[in-house]
Amino acid sequence: MRIVDFLRARPRLALLLLAILLAVLPFLVGAGLGKSWVRVLDFALLYVMLALGLNIVVGYAGLLDLGYVAFYALGAYLYAWLASPHFGLHLPFWAVLPLGALLAGVFGVLLGAPTLRLRGDYLAIVTLGFGEIIRIFMNNLDAPINITNGPQGMNLIDPIAFGGFALSKTHKFFGIGVSNAHLYYYLFLAFVLALIFVAMRLQDSRIGRAWAAIREDEVAASAMGIDTRNVKLLAFAMGATFGGLAGGLFSAFQGFISPESFGLMESIMILCMIVLGGMGHIPGVILGAVLLTVLPEALRYVGDWQRALIGRVAVDPADLRMLLFGCALILMMLFRPEGLWPSRQRKRELHAADEVAEQESASVYDARG
Amino acid sequence: MFTMREAEAMTLLDVERVGKRFGGLAALDDVSLSVRPGEIYGLIGPNGAGKTTLFNCMTGLYRVSEGTVRLDGRVVHNRPPHEVVRQGFARTFQNIRLFPNMTALENVMVGRHVRTRAGVLGAVLRGARTRDEEAAIRARAHELLQFVGLERKARVLAGHLAYGEQRRLEIARALATEPKLLALDEPVAGMNPSERRQMAEFFLKLRDSGVTLLLIEHDVKLVMGVCDRVAVLDYGKKIAEGAPDAVQRDPAVIAAYLGVGAA
Repeated sequence: MRIVDFLRARPRLALLLLAILLAVLPFLVGAGLGKSWVRVLDFALLYVMLALGLNIVVGYAGLLDLGYVAFYALGAYLYAWLASPHFGLHLPFWAVLPLGALLAGVFGVLLGAPTLRLRGDYLAIVTLGFGEIIRIFMNNLDAPINITNGPQGMNLIDPIAFGGFALSKTHKFFGIGVSNAHLYYYLFLAFVLALIFVAMRLQDSRIGRAWAAIREDEVAASAMGIDTRNVKLLAFAMGATFGGLAGGLFSAFQGFISPESFGLMESIMILCMIVLGGMGHIPGVILGAVLLTVLPEALRYVGDWQRALIGRVAVDPADLRMLLFGCALILMMLFRPEGLWPSRQRKRELHAADEVAEQESASVYDARG
Repeated sequence: MFTMREAEAMTLLDVERVGKRFGGLAALDDVSLSVRPGEIYGLIGPNGAGKTTLFNCMTGLYRVSEGTVRLDGRVVHNRPPHEVVRQGFARTFQNIRLFPNMTALENVMVGRHVRTRAGVLGAVLRGARTRDEEAAIRARAHELLQFVGLERKARVLAGHLAYGEQRRLEIARALATEPKLLALDEPVAGMNPSERRQMAEFFLKLRDSGVTLLLIEHDVKLVMGVCDRVAVLDYGKKIAEGAPDAVQRDPAVIAAYLGVGAA
């Protein structure tokens, strides 16, 4: 804890150390754990983007969205349509990524407009349906005209390239070979930093306060002059934009997409990242996203351990992952409902009873009888 | 007395023959009243008389079945609540509706929403105009907290405030929208006599600061003490209107409060 206090008193130094750590992280990971783990890092960053986007909808505005992955899918497919041999189009990434974000944002509004009268559970059900509709569309739009290539998915998607510098290849810098996973890491990191910046600015603004007000009490918010419909649509659009952007990056990184990548489980995973990390709190959301991407990968080793210990694989690692994951979530909800790294405010909300003693809130209790 | 034209010119809120039915039940029937600028207007009546229903009809939470509501000559009934607020008609709620997990200061800052403009681009780029606006919002919110005597609680979560403080915070939040007319729904409910006296003084201070008040109250004594004019609702109908002492002596009012036989 001493180190934490030391750094807390020197935020610049802490920031510098963090920057250095983030800069060398892929090399550390690549050297220590192997190259496949650098790809895991890349995915972690993609999920951070998604979690940051969904956090705007769920964490800031309090709208439960179970179909968020649809926006991810839209971004990914748009990238594939405009930059792959499928339609013979090869637009550059700087044109396609914003378009994907825009398309997702528009769909966010299209989904939001008719559904935002619904609250809580009902909204969740409709958004869940929307997520599935998009996925099923992608699955079936291979006939009569082949738009999405159906369940086979779309292949040979263009990588991100700056002029002739394609991120898909290994490049040599000062004699060090830097693989595509490393290069994408830095690209994704840049996007993550930009999205963190946007999310932070939004939270601490007139719009962010309006979202919080709606989350707290929608009737009171509208009685305070907030156009709840428009402000909620804005939350949907912003969240969807983040999702669309992440989708485009995913498409370019992976080079291949299929409807399988955009199932309901993805939406639920992203939601879990937010809940686990700390809803509405950006550091928490990032932590949740990284943990839930890295842990399942780490649990793959459980199969190897079993083989080493008892000579055979008694429990399939994939099953075990889901089991442990489920248990972890239940334990979280029981003992730390505010998430692993909640904002101070939210921690207070959920543990109000514990701190009554330390606060001089006797008067509150007298008045409330 | 005023001529019709003069009286109209002096009307801030004009409720004309408003009716509201829930299915077959007429919650409001042909209610007309007018509030003049700068006065404290009281709306009283027994439980279930339709006071809150009328409130909700005026502020856009309910659609009216018939009649019109005008604020400063502009129609406000059947408009979305946020537009009613924009016209200058703010309200509080009978069962306090603050944003409990936001601080007192943030609650009041939300009230500034309708008078400010910064959008997503402004929020992200945070240019000079957005920064100025944000600073003005903060400054105004602090002023209002000071006005209601909650400056020292600015950083406390609204949900952690004492009951009376929550009432005052709700008023500060409503004042942040720069209302011409502030409607308070049972603002002293659940308060003890000394708190009630304080609130009564506070209402007079509010009026003197230039806000017209529409007060729904249960507490007849308080209403008679601070209101310039009073209307009485019973079973969705207006049964009396006028100066407090005249209304107090009205046999119909006495009958409504004490039962028919008592008159």
